[in-house]
Amino acid sequence: MKLKGSQILVKTLIEQGVTDVFGYPGGQVINIYDALYEYKDQINHVLTAHEQGASHAADGYSRATGKVGVCIATSGPGATNLVTGIATAMLDSIPMVAITGNVPCSLIGKDSFQEIDITGVTLPITKHNYFVDKIENLADTIREAFAIAKSGRPGPVLIDIPKDVQVASYEYEEKPVVEKKPLPKVSDDKIAQAVELITQAKRPYIYIGGGAAGLGMGKDIVAFAEKIDAVIGCSFMGLSAVPQNSSRFLGMQGMHGHYASSMAQNEADLILAVGVRFSDRATGNVSKFAKNSKIIQIDPDCAEINKNIRVDLGLVGDVEDAFKRIAAATQSASNPSWLCRVNDLKTEEKQFENEIAAADTAPLTPRQVFEIINAEKPANTVITTDVGQHQMWTAQYVEFDRPRRWVSSGGLGTMGFGLGAAMGAYVATKDPTVLITGDGSFGMNLNELATAVTYKIPVVIVLMNNGVLGMVRQWQTLFFGKRYSNTVLDRKTDFVALAKAFGADGYLAETPVEFKKAFQKALQANGPTVIDVRIDKDAFVLPMLPPGGAIDDIITKV
Amino acid sequence: MEKSKFVIAVYVDNTAGVLTRVSGMFTRRGFNIDALTVGETERSEYSRITICITGDEYDKEQLINQLRKLVVVKKVEVLDEDANKRELMLIKVKNDSQHRNDIMTAVDVFRASVIDYSMQSMCIEVTGNPSKIDAFVKLMQPFGILEMCRTGIVALDRGSETLFTK
Repeated sequence: MKLKGSQILVKTLIEQGVTDVFGYPGGQVINIYDALYEYKDQINHVLTAHEQGASHAADGYSRATGKVGVCIATSGPGATNLVTGIATAMLDSIPMVAITGNVPCSLIGKDSFQEIDITGVTLPITKHNYFVDKIENLADTIREAFAIAKSGRPGPVLIDIPKDVQVASYEYEEKPVVEKKPLPKVSDDKIAQAVELITQAKRPYIYIGGGAAGLGMGKDIVAFAEKIDAVIGCSFMGLSAVPQNSSRFLGMQGMHGHYASSMAQNEADLILAVGVRFSDRATGNVSKFAKNSKIIQIDPDCAEINKNIRVDLGLVGDVEDAFKRIAAATQSASNPSWLCRVNDLKTEEKQFENEIAAADTAPLTPRQVFEIINAEKPANTVITTDVGQHQMWTAQYVEFDRPRRWVSSGGLGTMGFGLGAAMGAYVATKDPTVLITGDGSFGMNLNELATAVTYKIPVVIVLMNNGVLGMVRQWQTLFFGKRYSNTVLDRKTDFVALAKAFGADGYLAETPVEFKKAFQKALQANGPTVIDVRIDKDAFVLPMLPPGGAIDDIITKV
Repeated sequence: MEKSKFVIAVYVDNTAGVLTRVSGMFTRRGFNIDALTVGETERSEYSRITICITGDEYDKEQLINQLRKLVVVKKVEVLDEDANKRELMLIKVKNDSQHRNDIMTAVDVFRASVIDYSMQSMCIEVTGNPSKIDAFVKLMQPFGILEMCRTGIVALDRGSETLFTK
C-alpha cells in the first residue's frame, strides 16, 4: 500500500499500539495533522495549550501505564518547547517518543523560518534521536524508536521528520508491535554471591527505586523482607512500588525521607538496592553514605553500577528475575534486635512528627490536607505533583494503593510538570486523578487548565497556596539567614476566579472542613477543579538532610 | 585513585552525526579526551574511533559503560597496554644554512621524511608512537617550529585477536 510519509507515521503509530497522542499543530507538521484527521477513529489526539504540556502529558501517560507516551510538535519553537518535557522523561527513565516536524531537507541548514536542529538540541536529553531524511527509512525508524524507548532502561526518543519526507510517497506494510529487547539474566554465580552476602547480614535493608516501581513486585519484596527479617525503604522514584500497609515498609529515605527509613539505611549492614541510581538527593554526602553497610545493586543499566556509590556487588540485567532468584535461594533468617532497633526509630519518628503537628497552629496544616486526601481518595487514584514543598509532603504522607499511581518529576525536578502529567495519566487510565501543586509551580503551566476543561478531564487540583516559593524559602530560612530573595510571590491572583475563567470549578479552602468538602465535590465533577488551599508560608518539610550533608546533620525541627 | 593513560577503541555505525554523539557524551559526563581519531574499518558499515584518555579505574569503567549505552556504539574495548600505537605528524620548521644539517640528521635518525622544501622552510612527515613524535617535536623546537599538526593515534592490539573476538 503506497502512502504519504505523514500517513506512514500515523499508521505506524497505530500499528505500534498507540491510541492517544498529545500535541500541537504548526506549519511543518500540518501534513501529519492531516493524517491524524484521516485516522481519527483509530488514534485520539489531545490538543494541549502549549507543547510543554503535551510533553508532560505523554510522560504522565507513560508513568501511569508503562506504555510509551507520544507527543507531537512542529519545528522550531514547537520542538524547543518539548525540551523540558523530554529532559524530565530522560532523568526519570520514562519511555516516550517525541515527534517533530522540520523544514524540508532543501531548506535545512539555511536558518529557514522555524528551523532548529532539534536532534542537536536534544542529543544529551534523549536516549537516542533520529533525523529521518529518507522516506524509505521512516516506518522502521519509528519502530526502532519504540523498541529503544521501552527496552533496557527506558527513556525518551525523538524523531525529527522534515516536511518533504512527510509528503513523499512510499510503500507501507503493517508489522507487529515491536517487543522490548529482553534484558540479560544475571549469572548464577552473581546470584550466589548476593545470597552469600545477604545470609551474613544481621541488619538488612531492601532499597527500592524507580527501576522496580513499575514491575509490580510489591508482594515479592514484602515476602522477601519477611523471610530474611529485613526492612524496606524506597527512593523518591520507588514510591508506590511497595504496599504501604506492610510494617516492614519505612517509606522514602533521603533528603526529605522518613526519619526511620534514612536512619535505618545508615545503620544497616546490608543494602539490597533494586533499581536505584543513588541520586545525590537520596545519598547526601556520598563519602558518608551507609558506611556500615555492604551494598548489592541490581540494575538494568551497567553504567549505574559504581557510578555514584561504590558497591560491593553489582548485578546488571533483568531486575525482577534477579530479585526473585535471590529471594528463592536465600534461607530464612531472624534478626529480632534489628527489628527492635527499627521500631525504636519509628517511635522517635512518630514523636517528632507529633511535636511538629502540635506546634503548627495554622488553621489548615499540610498534614491535615494529606490526612483528608488519604481518607477521601478513591481506590486507584493517580497522584501527580509539581515540584517543591508540596511534592515532598506528598512523598511523605500520601498512601499509595498500587504501583504506577505516583507521577512526579524526580530527577529533573520540573516545576510545571504536574498539570500536563495529570492530564496524560487521566487520558491513559480514566482513574481518579489528583494533582497536588503549589502556587509557584501551578503558575508555570496553568494554561493547561484550558485543555483539561475542553477534554473534560476531572483532575482535582489541590493548590497548596502559601504565597511564597516555599522550598527555596525553606533553604533561605535555614542556610541564608532569612534573606528571602525573590521567593515572596505576593501575587494578587484569585485562583477561584481564575479556575472559573477557564471554565473549571474553583473553591477556596482555609480550614480542614472546607478542604474536605471541596475535595469531595471535586472528585464528583465532570471537569477540572482548582482548590485554593491556604497554608502557612513557614510550614517546613521535615526532616531534612542538608544538601551534601550526612545522616548526622539531619534536621528534625526548626 | 591513580590516573593513567589508556586507549579505547570503539566500533560505531558509519552514519552522520555519530562522532557528535560519542564526543558529546564525553563532554556531558566531564571526561577529557587527550586525542581522538576516526576512520573507516574492515567493515564498511562501521567506523572505528580511537580515543586516548587520562583517568583512573573509575573513569575507565564509567566511560566504557556509558559508551556501551549509546545506540550507535557496537563494540567498545580498552586496548592492551602494549598495543601497536601509531601517530602521524606534519611539522613545518624554519630552514636556514646554520641549522640545515642538524635538522636533516634528526630526520634521518627518526626515519622521518622531508616532504616539502624551500630555502626558508621544510615540511617533515614523522610516523611513530606518540612518545617518538613528542621527542621529535622537542628536538625541532630550537630550530623554530612554524606550524605542526598531529593526527592523534590509531591503535590495534597485537596478535590475531580482533575487537570482535576479544
